Amino acid sequence: MSDMASPVSSARQVSVRQDIVPRTFVRSQVSPDLPPPLAVGGVIGWMRDNLFSSVLTSSLTLLSIAFLIWALPDLVRWLFIDAIWSAPDGDACRAPGAGACWAYVNAKLEFFAYGSYPRDMVWRVDLTLLIGAGLAAWLLWPSAKHKAAALVLFLVVYPVIAFHLLHGLGPGLRATLSLLADLFGSKPLADVAANSLPVVGTNLWGGVFVSLLVATVGIVVSLPLGVLLALGRRSKAPVARFLCVMLIEIVRGVPLITVLFMANTMLPLFVPEQWSPDRLMRPLIGVALFASVYMAEVVRGGLQAVPKGQFEGAMALGMSWWAMMRLIILPQALTIVIPGVVNSFIALFKDTTLVAIVGIFDFLRAVDTARLDPVWAGPTISATGYVFAATFYFVFCFGMSRYSMMMERRLTRGRSH
Amino acid sequence: MSSAPAGVASQTEPPRTPFWRADWARGALWQALLLSAFVWLMWAAIDNASVNMRARGVPTDFGFWNRPAGFDINQTLVPFTSAGSTYGRAFTVGLLNTLLVAFFGIIIASVLGFLIGIARLSRNWMVARLATIYVEVIRNTPLLLQLLFWYNAVLAPLPNPRQSVELPGNIYLNNRGLFVPEPLFGVGFDWTLWALGIAIIASYAVKRYAARLRVETTKRLPVGAIAFGLIIGLPALAFLLAGAPLSWSTPELRGFNFNGGVRIFPEFVALLLGLSLYTAAFIAEIVRAGVLSVSHGQSEAASALGLPRGRLLRLVVIPQAMRVIIPPLTNQYLNLTKNSSLAVFIGYPDLVQVFAGTVLNQTGAAVQVISITMAVYLVISLVTSAGMNLYNRRMALAER
Repeated sequence: MSDMASPVSSARQVSVRQDIVPRTFVRSQVSPDLPPPLAVGGVIGWMRDNLFSSVLTSSLTLLSIAFLIWALPDLVRWLFIDAIWSAPDGDACRAPGAGACWAYVNAKLEFFAYGSYPRDMVWRVDLTLLIGAGLAAWLLWPSAKHKAAALVLFLVVYPVIAFHLLHGLGPGLRATLSLLADLFGSKPLADVAANSLPVVGTNLWGGVFVSLLVATVGIVVSLPLGVLLALGRRSKAPVARFLCVMLIEIVRGVPLITVLFMANTMLPLFVPEQWSPDRLMRPLIGVALFASVYMAEVVRGGLQAVPKGQFEGAMALGMSWWAMMRLIILPQALTIVIPGVVNSFIALFKDTTLVAIVGIFDFLRAVDTARLDPVWAGPTISATGYVFAATFYFVFCFGMSRYSMMMERRLTRGRSH
Repeated sequence: MSSAPAGVASQTEPPRTPFWRADWARGALWQALLLSAFVWLMWAAIDNASVNMRARGVPTDFGFWNRPAGFDINQTLVPFTSAGSTYGRAFTVGLLNTLLVAFFGIIIASVLGFLIGIARLSRNWMVARLATIYVEVIRNTPLLLQLLFWYNAVLAPLPNPRQSVELPGNIYLNNRGLFVPEPLFGVGFDWTLWALGIAIIASYAVKRYAARLRVETTKRLPVGAIAFGLIIGLPALAFLLAGAPLSWSTPELRGFNFNGGVRIFPEFVALLLGLSLYTAAFIAEIVRAGVLSVSHGQSEAASALGLPRGRLLRLVVIPQAMRVIIPPLTNQYLNLTKNSSLAVFIGYPDLVQVFAGTVLNQTGAAVQVISITMAVYLVISLVTSAGMNLYNRRMALAER
């Protein structure tokens, strides 16, 4: 630094004496900086700082390199070089020394995606997923307009359409619809009732779309229910508070599997015989309940973080309790807890794999079943299937966490100082 | 009807709110409605359940508890036979297996988690990067997938006992499980344990004496070295004096299987591995956040006072980080315990697999069995959080 300052100061001194000694050579520009010594800057300097700063650090670095040399080549060979990319059946994959059997994943891709859904009707699943993806993109795109409309479409219209597309209308619903059509003399309603898609029972549903369905239902139900439970827990009314605390603490204290067992075996006992929920409906209820109580705790954290002055200010303006919550408190509380909310979404998405315990054919169950297929069975099949499934889950969960980080930055942009 | 008294009152004292518009009355009304809705719901559920259970011929009492179970469990910590043992005994076996895997899982996950959390904070770029990759991959994939991977893709393709993988220390790994030497304790081994107990008490006494000595005379005793010497030396002395009463039964290949030693079932190995590796990633993040939460000024001030790095960490950073770390850490321990219920997917006989699985299927007593299972986990959770609240209160007092 000192060698940078000296030419400047000497230049100034010289310029003062210019009238006295007119013909002195004066450098008019600062001489260019020399590059830093090799050991400080550049790759070598970086390595000295970050990899070899002390004996301990250096040995750790060498240990890590040794680990990578030991693991990485084998991994790359297994995943890519020795992998079987296309084969009609499992013979090539059973050969000794063969790597991952991607041909098997390719052959089973439809099964992984749709389970046993009738193959000539999978367009119904595709269409449902496409509409859902479009609405989700609309909701999640940061600068999109009319998000309220998208929310209504997603929460109210989309479930109806999705049910109609995926399941179709059963005879009971169809009769009700045509009765309503007669009652109101409505032509489109009669058309829907007459030309409904054939019913595909939930026992045929499976694969990725069931995983996404369980996760979506969990997310869509848990957010409003979680907010309600959190408000109940913070309310001054002892009965509401006691009921909410009891529900939250009981469900949070037990594993999801027992909640699913309960939904599967006890729920049908608790309702009249004719109301007994569908076999897919039961785990959906269990997962939604489980996700809601965790969401309630996240939202409660946000409610506690809102300064008391906000409550008092809203009350001083004469707002009713609901107006205060809706306009002042919840917008702030929910912004604070966005990371927590996304974390519980990620946990929920991973937890959807557990519905397999009550006989639902989700994506992981499909992968776990397909590996037993005698046509393909072999020593590498299990690992291939699991690596494929892990990639799928990783992409979703990692994407969610990155999205939440981005949103957090956007929302707190005006607030940080 | 009852508005008459209010009307009279409003004539004598004009600006009084009629009680049906008062806050307390509205609150009471809402609460009464909520309570009656809840009671009605409960009553309807119980009524329906009793009707449905009678219609399906499902038992409504706990009589099954003392009836013989008639099925086998491979890993049992207490004696269990399919012929003579009851369903109640099966419950005990399942509960003990859950606690066993949770106990070892917590130990391994803590050690690994602390190491990885510190590695993520390391100034060594490579170590920090590797730790980050580990945490991200583990946290973003489902635990069930990892368990199935360990069980079906790693442990199942292992060779048969004749071609076992031999690990140092007479440990053998094959598709029937992990075979490790079994310690056989001879007469007089209890002396060693007594010596260990005495050493621990003595170390504690030395620590207290050293603290007093430092306050009174500023003299510093090497407490760590003394305690280490006591805890290792005293039991070792007792062990040698008693004539080294310990021998090992090593596993040996006889025909197609191993004799001697302890067989650890592959289900247990897979579950322990999966649970500890999964939880370690979460613990690593907690440790990292805890260490980062200690403000930089604290370590700078400690350095300015001339504390060497080791004591700086031990006396300044770690105590403050632990205050942030311990509550979420306890939560992770609870999560690990609850997640051990995933054992049912790979056939490890834990509480859920044995009791809520086999016993439920055989007896059909769904309501009773699920309630008991949930109650067990609930009791574990509530006891732990009660302890946690106590700890938090103590820490909060110590703070200011």
